[in-house]
Amino acid sequence: MKNCYINGLGCVSAQKTTESGFLDDIVFYDTNILPVINPNYKEYIPPAAARRMAKGVKMGVVASSLALKDAHVEVPDAIITGTGMGCLQDSEKFVSAIIDNDEEFLTPTSFIQSTHNTVGAQIALGLQCKAYNFTYVHSAISFESCLIDAQMKFNEDEASTILVGGVDEHGKHTNDLHRLIGHIKKEEVGSADLIHSNTDGSIFGEGAIFCTLSDEKTEHSYAKLVDVEIYSQLSEENLESRIKTFLEANKLSIDDIDLVVLGNNGDVTFDSYYKTIEEGLFKKTQQVYYKHLSGEFNTASAFGFWLASKIIKEQEIPTLVKINDQPKKTYKNVLLYNQYRGENHSLVVLQSC
Amino acid sequence: MSKRVAITGMGIVSSIGNSVEENLNALLQSKHGISKISSIKTRHIDEIMVGEIDLSNEELIKQLRLPESQNYSRTALLGVVAAKQAVENAGISDINDCRTGLISATSVGGMDMTEKYYYQYLEDETNHKYIGGHHAGDSTHKIAEQLGITDFVTTISTACSSSANAIMLGARMIKAGKLDRVVVGGADCLSKFTINGFKTLMILSDTYCKPFDNDRTGLNLGEAAAFLVLESDEIVAKENKKVLAYVSGYGNANDAFHQTASSDNGEGATLAMQKAFKVSGILPEQIDYINAHGTATPNNDLSESIAIQRVFGSKIPDLSSTKGFTGHTLAAAAAIEAVYSILAIQHNLIFPNLNFNTAIAETGIVPVTEVKEKPINYVLSNSFGFGGNCSTLIFSKN
Repeated sequence: MKNCYINGLGCVSAQKTTESGFLDDIVFYDTNILPVINPNYKEYIPPAAARRMAKGVKMGVVASSLALKDAHVEVPDAIITGTGMGCLQDSEKFVSAIIDNDEEFLTPTSFIQSTHNTVGAQIALGLQCKAYNFTYVHSAISFESCLIDAQMKFNEDEASTILVGGVDEHGKHTNDLHRLIGHIKKEEVGSADLIHSNTDGSIFGEGAIFCTLSDEKTEHSYAKLVDVEIYSQLSEENLESRIKTFLEANKLSIDDIDLVVLGNNGDVTFDSYYKTIEEGLFKKTQQVYYKHLSGEFNTASAFGFWLASKIIKEQEIPTLVKINDQPKKTYKNVLLYNQYRGENHSLVVLQSC
Repeated sequence: MSKRVAITGMGIVSSIGNSVEENLNALLQSKHGISKISSIKTRHIDEIMVGEIDLSNEELIKQLRLPESQNYSRTALLGVVAAKQAVENAGISDINDCRTGLISATSVGGMDMTEKYYYQYLEDETNHKYIGGHHAGDSTHKIAEQLGITDFVTTISTACSSSANAIMLGARMIKAGKLDRVVVGGADCLSKFTINGFKTLMILSDTYCKPFDNDRTGLNLGEAAAFLVLESDEIVAKENKKVLAYVSGYGNANDAFHQTASSDNGEGATLAMQKAFKVSGILPEQIDYINAHGTATPNNDLSESIAIQRVFGSKIPDLSSTKGFTGHTLAAAAAIEAVYSILAIQHNLIFPNLNFNTAIAETGIVPVTEVKEKPINYVLSNSFGFGGNCSTLIFSKN
């Protein structure tokens, strides 16, 4: 088994994550739709090219170039992208144009951009990277599927640096529909109080989070990616035994875990999964969450991955992500757990290196 | 890395048949499934030819005995039918008797329902159940539910190479020892979204598509689903399984040339084929048949021909594109063509490239145009997609 290190990170999110500092100036939102804080795209993309790019592509290009630069890598040996919905705004644009104009006067641009692998493809085109290029599109485990693929690529001796990322953008019509079916909260709770909202649904965000993975550790390495597992279906009753089995397979016990990073999104019906382990297995472990900062989206767990990697490197936990308050200690082994609406669960272990 | 990946089951629904046997019979009789659009309400009904599956959603729902409350897109319905066939064909009685995963591919996902109810959703609640079924992972999730697979379930979407990549990932997971068995493939239904999308790109043929013909004018779209069951050597030995063929090689590369067009020198396709040979450990001269991507667009067929010449030199194996039978079934294309490649190996047959008259002037490649019998040990299958995504699979008899 080869090792897999996180050597670079890039994060475009609803927080000031493209600037220096580590969540020391948190932005709260009163609405249930959290937009990203746009970086200065011109610094990364020529304006003429940027005008033709979907939001997801622009965010992806910025986050990926930050992640590569951070790791001092120019062109990776593979690009693996996760996205739940792809370039959603262009999908909406093309569907509505079909209906509004009764299939006449259509232009191909939004159809082309709507293809799910556009972000990964545009990054490859920009870097002239002819390597392996995959896109995973499976709801809440899109990003984790990328991590599993990347780990295998290292073991196959097919790559020594891999760009992995998760990206999703807001679509107005889609958000309206998700509000109608209660997946977005009907009432505005304010992102600061998300975890205590006690109502159904969540607040929705968007973002692009990329990392450069490598089979070699450098002085810049954030952490080691130890293992990843995904489960399509998992009951609350079986969650703790699943976690134990997963940790045991990695020769870790519950006590070895110094920090758990949880995907709580304020949905009273489904946060019970997290509650189970907050009050159970990890009662005495430091717990953090992040979806009040990023909003919920299909690849929001990549924000949790970014957060965990930063905490391991900085050995510091931003106060506003803490669920409980345990005495400070060395954060060596970190477990990430995420699910969306009780489906598509993922477990990830990161380790300091 | 000497582990083999056995194919022990397959299932398919396409415009030329709703089972493996029906597809084989149509291929042997050169009976294509291309006709004018009949099941989708579109203003292009008289000008566009497609490969439609002759089962309505209602018939599929009845066949699968789904409850009234079901919210299946047509992609999910087709996917479940094909995946169930594959599992049955592999003689699996308990899907969870070993570590089993599902990797599916789709490009259109639940778009057929979204485009139908897009504005109606805002007006009344009648069809709200379909809102959650829009995203690409939904059809996979439903296939997993129907098969009883609960752990490793994921979806790949890389446009028209999607299901080649699903097969590739599955093979790698078996080799890595992460799974013992994995159901792999893809599903895509026809939709106004894709029909109009390809129409705006001006790459649709107004008649039967003519892969590798000098006078080709574009592609026919189609709908389909196909799945394979891949199993490890250990499972095959333990259960004394009949092996249909093996996944022997695979490769994916990016053309990094243009979002929708292939490069003039077929760079990405060349790299994908070369990688597949490296994994397989065989030489190009060992390939008995190439099931080409061959969409019949002016751009693809020339670029692919040049790539094939770069890889095979002057000794180009027998080659055909089966898109003339089924149309281009997008994310399902590589999966249905995997089934055809396996049938070629099992029956020692090459299926014809329909509607061919004149070789492309630049390359002079002449495909096989009649059913041809000969020993087939290795088949190479290409699938290329938007975003420069190029994939090659090699299937073998032993």
